[in-house]
Amino acid sequence: MMTASNNPPLLEVRNLRIEFPTRRGTLLAVDDVSFDIAPGEVLGVVGESGAGKSLTGNAIIGLLEPPGRIAAGEIRLEGRRIDNLPYEEMRKIRGARIGAIFQDPLTSLNPLYSVGRQLVETIQTHLPLSAAKARQRALDLLKEVGIPAAEQRLDHYPHQFSGGMRQRVVIALALCAGPRLIVADEPTTALDVSIQAQIIALLKRLCREHGTAVMLVTHDMGVIAETADRVAVMYAGRVAEIGPVRDVIKHAQHPYTKGLMGSIPSLGVRSERLVQIDGAMPRLTEIPNGCAFNPRCLARGERCLVERPNLMAAGASRAACWLHDKAGVGAPVAKQEPVDA
Amino acid sequence: MLAFILRRILQSIAVLLTVGVVAFSLFRYVGDPINAMVGQDTSMEERAALRDKLGLSDPAPLQFLRFIGNAAQGKFGLSYRTSEPVGRLILERMPATLELSICASLFVMVLGIPMGVYTGLYPRHWSSRLLQAVSLVGVSLPPFLIGILLILLFAVVLRWLPSFGRGSGTVNLGWWTTNFLSWEGIKALILPSITLGLFQLTLIMRLVRSEMLEVMRTDYIKFARARGLTNRAVNFGHALKNTLMPVITVAGLQLGALIAFAIVTETVFAWPGVGQLFIQSVQFSDIPVMAAYLMLIGFLFVIINLVVDLLYFVVDPRLRSQGGAARVGGH
Repeated sequence: MMTASNNPPLLEVRNLRIEFPTRRGTLLAVDDVSFDIAPGEVLGVVGESGAGKSLTGNAIIGLLEPPGRIAAGEIRLEGRRIDNLPYEEMRKIRGARIGAIFQDPLTSLNPLYSVGRQLVETIQTHLPLSAAKARQRALDLLKEVGIPAAEQRLDHYPHQFSGGMRQRVVIALALCAGPRLIVADEPTTALDVSIQAQIIALLKRLCREHGTAVMLVTHDMGVIAETADRVAVMYAGRVAEIGPVRDVIKHAQHPYTKGLMGSIPSLGVRSERLVQIDGAMPRLTEIPNGCAFNPRCLARGERCLVERPNLMAAGASRAACWLHDKAGVGAPVAKQEPVDA
Repeated sequence: MLAFILRRILQSIAVLLTVGVVAFSLFRYVGDPINAMVGQDTSMEERAALRDKLGLSDPAPLQFLRFIGNAAQGKFGLSYRTSEPVGRLILERMPATLELSICASLFVMVLGIPMGVYTGLYPRHWSSRLLQAVSLVGVSLPPFLIGILLILLFAVVLRWLPSFGRGSGTVNLGWWTTNFLSWEGIKALILPSITLGLFQLTLIMRLVRSEMLEVMRTDYIKFARARGLTNRAVNFGHALKNTLMPVITVAGLQLGALIAFAIVTETVFAWPGVGQLFIQSVQFSDIPVMAAYLMLIGFLFVIINLVVDLLYFVVDPRLRSQGGAARVGGH
């Protein structure tokens, strides 16, 4: 597998900002998010619901749902800016250069068309293949994602497949035109635990074989640990910490990441009770000044209340926390008593 | 699937028998047909003889069976008003009504579905809002008023279109007279078709619109976009087809309704169809014609619904596979 350091990035996200204009003012759902994905790399994106992970994924495939909009920043694919392309230009990239997998395989497929038809249609949209060749490719893809008796299954309808099989079909659809990047938004959340592992293993194998990079959006740290090369932890619309997956898990640098890791039960380690982070992620309307995490932070200082930290070097990763700044957090401030605890 | 069709056909027969009971009871309870047939000075004996001859003194169930048996062969007896066979009377009038209804439903589908798709795809565009507002007029004005206003504008003021009747442009094809084969005939069809279809047009437009709005929110449409399919493929290939089930249902019922409720439009436009015949028959208590009309409308509704049910199978593959048998290959 290729690594991040010695290749020009496949995808560059720079200072991405996503806003939702509402009656009560503009909500900032994603604020100043930057990251790269190298060719063939798997970047995991974790965070709580509403942290902005799915929105970032949707922005990359150009399918932000209105009224959400990209207010600032850039997204580049292979050096080419794609966030401001006209719809038709972006459509040609979707499916062809960037594939997508969504959460619920039960509802991702059109119930009225056979699986083969949906595959052929996608293939022919992006590749200049004859009907017969497109069908052959569809068949090969179904075999590749491990659907037994693929010849017959090609003419079956989505309702004739189980959930796990449908997600395999969805993966085949995402891989149809040989994309360089797949944005997988919670690809296993809707599946049984036993199927989850199979699907993740399949996704990992296919992407390794095809050299496809993956942006894996999930709230399941276990999936990330198993699959990703690097991980970005998002909190309240910002990247709290980003780094190689091993380092982030073993040596979390941001207090939020530490809390997150502490809350995962581990088989090897004996502990009385799991660590929990008091409070909840702030609503988009109530993001505090300074560091968004400061009301829940055990290590906060005066500086955290007024000045917002950007990502800075922290061990082997980068974290958005003043603890890693030379000047530090300033005089310690006691943690706010959680209002809703 | 065969079992389903058989079941449906049996249900259809049950529905027709029920309609038959209603039609039959018209004879029994709406006046005495003998009174309508004979003069005032006919003696009681002659009346009884006539009653026996016509089978009216048999027990009711027997009469009913005879009625159904004859109806199944298209025999509804003689009209009290014109003494012509009712079957022939209705068959003569049927082409006019069918052509009007078919023309009206074409108008509804050809205009209503695209309008619904458009307003569903661009719900916020000013032209969609305008269509929505104008369509309210379609539901709120009664057809006879619309008909009269159309006549006033296009026949009286502008003198573009004829104001009544099938015009001189009908072509006789033996047992069927048609308006479709001459320009004059088609011109005569325009105003009645619009009058008849306007209400349904609004209904179809609003139905397609709300179904489109619903479908556009589904995951498979989002996924179709994420696959980079063209707008055309997404909107018409994927979205529109998923709105078709309810549209087919309503369109089928509408066609039946257009035939049955052509009465008002036929009256306004002096259209020589079955509806007009029915109105005349009501005025003369011409029971055989009324009963036959009732049976005919019932029959048409049943046939249309049968076709609609079969169309479901064509559209939705989930109905085609029989229960669990199709769910092969688990996780």
